[in-house]
Amino acid sequence: MANDVLSPGENRARRDFLNWFLGTAAGAFAASVLYPVSRYLVPPKVEESTAHTVTLSIKPQELKPNSGQIFRFGSQPAILVKTPAGELKAFSAVCTHLACIVQYRSDISHIWCACHNGHFDLNGKNIEGPPPKPLEEYAVNAKGDQIVVSKRS
Amino acid sequence: MERARERLWRWLDERIGLEDLARLAKKKEVPVHRHTVWYYFGGMTLFLFAIQVVTGILLLLYYRPSANEAFESIQFLMTEVEFGWLVRSIHAWSANLMVFSMFIHLFSTLLLRAYRAPREITWLSGSGLLGLTLAFGFTGYLLPWNELAFFATRVGTEIPGVLPLVGPFLRRLLRGGDDVTGATLTRFYGIHVAVLPALTTVVLAVHLFMVQKHGMSSPPGVEREGPKRSMPFFPNFLLRDLVGWLSALAVLAALAAYFPAELGKKADPFQPAPAGIKPEWYFMAMFQTLKLLPGHILGIEGELLGVLGFGVVGLLLIALPFLDTRAGERPSRFPAVFGITLLVYMVVLTFLGYTMSPTK
Repeated sequence: MANDVLSPGENRARRDFLNWFLGTAAGAFAASVLYPVSRYLVPPKVEESTAHTVTLSIKPQELKPNSGQIFRFGSQPAILVKTPAGELKAFSAVCTHLACIVQYRSDISHIWCACHNGHFDLNGKNIEGPPPKPLEEYAVNAKGDQIVVSKRS
Repeated sequence: MERARERLWRWLDERIGLEDLARLAKKKEVPVHRHTVWYYFGGMTLFLFAIQVVTGILLLLYYRPSANEAFESIQFLMTEVEFGWLVRSIHAWSANLMVFSMFIHLFSTLLLRAYRAPREITWLSGSGLLGLTLAFGFTGYLLPWNELAFFATRVGTEIPGVLPLVGPFLRRLLRGGDDVTGATLTRFYGIHVAVLPALTTVVLAVHLFMVQKHGMSSPPGVEREGPKRSMPFFPNFLLRDLVGWLSALAVLAALAAYFPAELGKKADPFQPAPAGIKPEWYFMAMFQTLKLLPGHILGIEGELLGVLGFGVVGLLLIALPFLDTRAGERPSRFPAVFGITLLVYMVVLTFLGYTMSPTK
């Protein structure tokens, strides 16, 4: 019916418009679905632990020389080490290689990551194996019965 | 009885065209030659996958996907639920055997050069299934929420995390947060029981359709030798397949009964990784590579180099049909060299992974 009254040129213009309109509408629809879904998949930011200082439940005399102990530093694991010389040190316990949790090995007096055999010395320096960076070191203060560990700024 | 059966056949035939399907089944031929044995492993992988689907659905009935309950629900399954240990052990062992038969299928089709035109899409869909199977293995491993699973997932999600720019985003996306937590568990659960099965259904359908469309590929060497012998797929080859599947089932039952899947200790994010920690055997070669690479190579972090290396090997594997196009006159040596090198590398590194002292 419409073809009878429209010239071929007008007809094509209308067809082009409809194609453009339908294409744009389909694109907008797809975007309005994909955008929320892709945003949904990204987890929301959780309040990052702002712990700069923690007081440990371990007493300085409880830890024997040449041993280590994992503790919570905010939401992250950290390790307290008493060196063979009796000095207290604290580091992040997250291995700088692929984020396994390290432990203290008294047989070699190293901090050691079991996952890929990474070794760190008593200053947290990566000395052997795949870890590319040293462990982050924290400041340790032993005040009487308490150990206070804080981030170095 | 006979009449009733005939009527049922006719009723169904009118509606879904059984005659056509029967004709199709009769038409399919399997070439017979000295490499025919390798034709069994695709079907074998499919059979083991079917076992995974059935046992996986059974496990869903008791499993609880949360950090507080996952470990306990499996403990309950293993100790209280009748045959719970068996269902879980079959699921775990069948996964291992499935990956193993998939690797045989992969390397046999590679070395017999079954990926040549017009089978590129078969190869691509097969590569997709390889990735999906490894993703099934990786996501399923976390679900018991034990110590090994926890560290495997920490390391595994850290691996894409070392990529420049997109790495940290990918890691967050995979973990559902900055660390491996209960959010990671529910995410992996959803991927393992919904996303991967859906994707696998589609890719597997494409793969099987392509195999039906093109028929079995004969290796170039056999083709050159002249007229081919063959056997009908239905019922001759299928019956042989069945013998293989029954043997696999027997092996599977024996493994599950004598070496039931272990549960270990519940994951604790504030405990160090246990000494001697290892991934599943099919990730061992990659694990050992990352272990042997030093911290820095030519100023680049070793782990990044390793991860990029895995990516390059993966891409080469996927692109094989497009790299080996001169199959006719002067066939390229590249596929065989690549395939054998990869195989030897994987075997040697896996061997080292199991024999080298983990504490040295």
